[in-house]
Amino acid sequence: MNRDMSYQGVMSRRNEIMKKAVGIDYERFESKGIAFDYERMMRETGYSLQEIQKIQNETGVGNTPIYELKNLTALARKLAPKGKGARIFIKDEACNPSGSFKARRAATSIYHAKKLGYKGVIAATSGNYGAAVASQAAMKGLKCIIVQECYDSRGIGQPEIIEKARKCEAYGAEVLQLTVGPELFYTFLKLLEETGYFNASLYTPFGIAGVETLGYELAMQFRELVGRDPDVVVATNAGGGNLTGTARGLIKAGAYDVKIVGASVNLKGLHMASDTQFNRKSFTTGHTGFGIPFATWPDRSDVPRSAARPLRYMDRYVTVNQGEVFYITEALAQLEGLERGPAGNTSLAAAFALAQELDEDQIIVAQETEYTGAGKHIQPQLTFAKQNGVDIIIGNPDDEVPGKNIILPSHPSLIKARDLDLDKIKKSYIKNCIETTKINYVTKEDIDFLVEDTKSNEEFVKQILNELGVKY
Amino acid sequence: MNKAKKGDWVRVYNIVLKPEERAPQVPDDTKKVPLEMWVKGFLLNEEAKIGDEVEIETYIGRKIKGKLVEINPYYSHDYGKCIPELLFIGRQLRGILEGGEDNE
Repeated sequence: MNRDMSYQGVMSRRNEIMKKAVGIDYERFESKGIAFDYERMMRETGYSLQEIQKIQNETGVGNTPIYELKNLTALARKLAPKGKGARIFIKDEACNPSGSFKARRAATSIYHAKKLGYKGVIAATSGNYGAAVASQAAMKGLKCIIVQECYDSRGIGQPEIIEKARKCEAYGAEVLQLTVGPELFYTFLKLLEETGYFNASLYTPFGIAGVETLGYELAMQFRELVGRDPDVVVATNAGGGNLTGTARGLIKAGAYDVKIVGASVNLKGLHMASDTQFNRKSFTTGHTGFGIPFATWPDRSDVPRSAARPLRYMDRYVTVNQGEVFYITEALAQLEGLERGPAGNTSLAAAFALAQELDEDQIIVAQETEYTGAGKHIQPQLTFAKQNGVDIIIGNPDDEVPGKNIILPSHPSLIKARDLDLDKIKKSYIKNCIETTKINYVTKEDIDFLVEDTKSNEEFVKQILNELGVKY
Repeated sequence: MNKAKKGDWVRVYNIVLKPEERAPQVPDDTKKVPLEMWVKGFLLNEEAKIGDEVEIETYIGRKIKGKLVEINPYYSHDYGKCIPELLFIGRQLRGILEGGEDNE
């Protein structure tokens, strides 16, 4: 073997390696310009919802319970104007075999890898997805490697990430732990090349279609429970797959009127690839460090075309602060008797605030929870924050500065869902499409695609193209 | 235990990229340090001590070389220290629900 194994060398073989490792020829769905046929890709490379339900059933994934959070609802009503305070529900995704909704994504990926005859799977993740892939691989008898961004240059790692490594190793996976940096992708590519394993990417059609069952189930469960669809579903947004899959599942159930809200933890100002800032955040997922870049450029992922395209489905995008999520995690345990991991409660913190804007007879759902345990709990995470010089303060969350302090709200009325300007994010996405393709003329097909990919309209897209000085 | 023998469960360390080999887009602070890697497996050498260059077989059977850094590695993460700042939350919320704040 005389292959160039340097960073540049391996990266230049990226497409060739990926094609082998995912088994999808993305070029089949591409146009010459910006547009690509998303729906055809989802249809032709994925599985039908019924097939996925069957696949997930085989390994005990899905059919998670729904809880009405009556005490949190009562609390929201105490704080809301008269007549306001929607009923708050939660879908308990922690009940999946690996402890999060990610089992849905992993189940389909691993099923597909097995069907195609791959001997093993690889996933690059610090989080719940690694555990899900390792768990599903164990069930299907495939080998599994999880590549993790785990430590800073002092060799110090967040307890949450260390716990995820433990969980993966418990399922018999090899866990390759790295220090901070985007070259994790380089290591990942080298491993794919060396092993010939399947890339269990989070962003393939299998992965995203796996989450569709979540949205579908949710609609069905609500129809059975209260006789109608919920009004608002809040999804924690990181890479976009959770929101995309859930929204697509709701649509497949015919629940067209449900408003989809994305929620991320605000980590403004912290650079995700910075060695010194790596351990100054107390959230490893569900935060704006993923949420914003992946929304404004979904195809930055580890496959040529990401199947996670949150802007297609998002009606509103809000942020909550770290301290608010920790507070609501404690509230969920104390008032509802459900001890769940903080990251998954990002959407619940937002739902608690948003419920206060809605009428009493309306229904809002936080569509996930995640497992908790040593390392993955508010106490070790706050202990770690303190050890790394982040102040823990009881006060007004509006004063929180990511990486500097975590502010636990002194009163639940201070918990807020802060709106992000979705039009600005859509504009930035369109700008990225133009810059990446380097085209100077946008076709009708491209415009139609951009309208769909941003859930906007022709006028909006054309206005932005005008602003960017691009002809169409 | 400073010495490992063949078959022992150990942890090894490697530098994947030296600082000068790092990706161009990496922030300056990250560029100053190497990209490092840790992985666990069964020792393949007859005998080795901490710091030796060794070869291991990972749990799934891959062979990897690296510097021996730990023998019988274990997890030391836990539920953290007491965080007194959290202790008011449950009592506060129960107080609000029981109507305590209605008199404010």
